[in-house]
Amino acid sequence: MTVVERREIALVDLLDRLLAGGVVITGDLTLRIADVDLVRIDLNALISSVNKQVPAPWGELE
Amino acid sequence: MTGLRYVYAVCRPFGGALKAQLTGVAGAPPKLLPHHDLIAVVSEVPERDFAEGPLKAHLEDLDWLAATARGHQGVIDALTAVTTPLPLRLGTVFRDDSGVRVMMEAREDAFRRSLDRLEGRVEWGVKVYLDAEAAEAARAAEADRPQERAASGRDYLRQRRMRSRSHEEMWQKAEAFSSRLHETLSGRAEDFRLHPPQNPTLSGSAGRNVLNAAYLVPRGSSEEFVEAVDRTKDDAPGLRVELTGPWAAYSFTEEHEKAEEHEKAEEHEKAEETAKSEEPEEEDA
Repeated sequence: MTVVERREIALVDLLDRLLAGGVVITGDLTLRIADVDLVRIDLNALISSVNKQVPAPWGELE
Repeated sequence: MTGLRYVYAVCRPFGGALKAQLTGVAGAPPKLLPHHDLIAVVSEVPERDFAEGPLKAHLEDLDWLAATARGHQGVIDALTAVTTPLPLRLGTVFRDDSGVRVMMEAREDAFRRSLDRLEGRVEWGVKVYLDAEAAEAARAAEADRPQERAASGRDYLRQRRMRSRSHEEMWQKAEAFSSRLHETLSGRAEDFRLHPPQNPTLSGSAGRNVLNAAYLVPRGSSEEFVEAVDRTKDDAPGLRVELTGPWAAYSFTEEHEKAEEHEKAEEHEKAEETAKSEEPEEEDA
């Protein structure tokens, strides 16, 4: 087994924290939590499409 | 062009200076907006990109989202170097400084409590993966069909049993390893959060994510914590441990839930007060 320490932060780790963590404040223009959840669902398809380097597989939306 | 205010974090006044060339979301330099004994770290963002509609649309654009997330994180990182910031969720936008001040006024007690709780602490992310090869074997076993043609029904059942047994053993091993690791690390941390495992296609990481945990650790004990993660290098073939951090305590800001309840309660009280104050008027009328 190996322990890997990444220098460049992976986008998924970043989004794990920036979209799921942090203080949620309902500002005048702040995204609603439901919006963010939707974004996360869309991201599933979006990021996997980038990883696979193929057109967005919208049919695979979970 | 009208500028909106993007809020990164709330913190206490700090001594060190932020890098002069530091830029945040949308390339603008962050500025400090003091409110009583707290500071909101904000920057100006264009309304055409950050008003509610455009922001929602942009979030579906991965490149835009990645750039914005990195801009946000850049500011939080810079703050983490000089103080302990309370990070806000991505996309917290107000119309102007006074909107930010109203928010600060309403929440300052909760902010102070969270800042006190998190002072001098950082977050470390630890993930355990079942290696790609091992995970592949597990997937193959999961797929409910024989890999080689079975000569008979009995053969088929035997093959299936063996595969599901090795699959099960591998998961058991991974789970046992993860819970041992988690036990060790949570013993060295003040608090922890277990996040849902990352989707392998989303993370692009080889292997399957078994553990996705965050630990709240005092800065002073961080070195020991990292060493403890490092020591897990003993023989656990097929497993990989990934360490990220130090992060600002994104996963430990949950005080907001209580604060929101509190706010709701306040709203409720206000509503009642309003109702009460309206009653006499009605009587008068």
